[in-house]
Amino acid sequence: MRTDDLIDTLAADLAPRRPLSAALAVACAAGIAATLALFLAGWGPRADLAAATESLRFLAKPLVGMLLAIGALGLAVRLAHPGAPARGWAMALAAAPLAAAAFVALELAALPARAWAPALLGENALVCLVSIPALALPMLVALVYGLKGGAPVRPGLAGAVVGLAAAGVAAALYAVFCTDDSPLFVATWYTLAAGIVAAAGAIAGRRWLRW
Amino acid sequence: MSNPVETHWSSLMRAANGGDEGAYRRLLSELAPAIRAKIRAKAARYGLSGADVEDAVQETLLAIHVKRGTWREDEPIRPWVFAIAGYKIVDQMRRRYRHAEVDIADFTEILPAQAEPDPTTSTDMDRVVARLTGRAGEIVRAIGMEGASVGEASQRFGMSEGAVRVALHRGLRKLADLRASMVA
Repeated sequence: MRTDDLIDTLAADLAPRRPLSAALAVACAAGIAATLALFLAGWGPRADLAAATESLRFLAKPLVGMLLAIGALGLAVRLAHPGAPARGWAMALAAAPLAAAAFVALELAALPARAWAPALLGENALVCLVSIPALALPMLVALVYGLKGGAPVRPGLAGAVVGLAAAGVAAALYAVFCTDDSPLFVATWYTLAAGIVAAAGAIAGRRWLRW
Repeated sequence: MSNPVETHWSSLMRAANGGDEGAYRRLLSELAPAIRAKIRAKAARYGLSGADVEDAVQETLLAIHVKRGTWREDEPIRPWVFAIAGYKIVDQMRRRYRHAEVDIADFTEILPAQAEPDPTTSTDMDRVVARLTGRAGEIVRAIGMEGASVGEASQRFGMSEGAVRVALHRGLRKLADLRASMVA
């Protein structure tokens, strides 16, 4: 095919375009709804929720999850637009680990050293490692599907970042179910769980986000 | 945004987004040589031939078309265009090394000379277009390879112009997907 003929063909197909941002917003809303529904069906808030919300340790958990979700979603939108500057959102994504590190520092200062190991191990480590990826899955599927309309120049990276976004939403919800509130527990097991989801996202990105 | 080329291209694309087919055709015609120059500059490093360059140019134009929803009207357009070109040239390299079992270029000295081909022709694109099935495939071939207009295609296939455009749209998206699947 001659390039000029291709240009004529493409020009003949000038249908109204669909801005990617709109498609991503729909995918994001659908993903959050699906993950929330799964959470309410299978997990639900813990019994002492009202009392827990008065503890800073408890409140820090969904806060870090939401910071992760917001930073990762913003970065994913940038990565889906070729040539769009991503540095600002990459730095915003760092807010979640920085906040987690600050809460860990506060916890280490507040607890005697002999209490560190029990706080880190908690009671729900395995539940956490299974629950966060499970809750993240519907959100991850929705976001990868939404990104298919995008054009990520690095599909694996874009997949990993939407994995982090899904993990952030899942972690914020799971935090409301889990009774382990120590930042030492959160920084260890939530991070590991988010890493699992990000790895799954990277694989999905390489597989389905090529264009 | 002070760069004149930048301003010119982004105003053409904005007009195209508003449905101005002439502006869109002009934009693509101006993008093609700029993309070709960019890809040619990189081709030597990747070990790509002249035919590969044109494949990557056409690949980039098709991607620009299918993915034009990923350009935001308030963003500069040149980084967008060249990021797509950069992605597609890497694709072309992958495809080249994947299908590198026998490269005809190695035999050019012992094969009889053929008529000099048009340097802006891509045989890769023809191969993929040939794989398009159904009415969408027939319409992409009629308009893309035989140069039929939408009106002529609508008469030939006994379809309304709207239906031809829908089939063309479907065919081009399928074409882009097929190309992508040939790399993965």
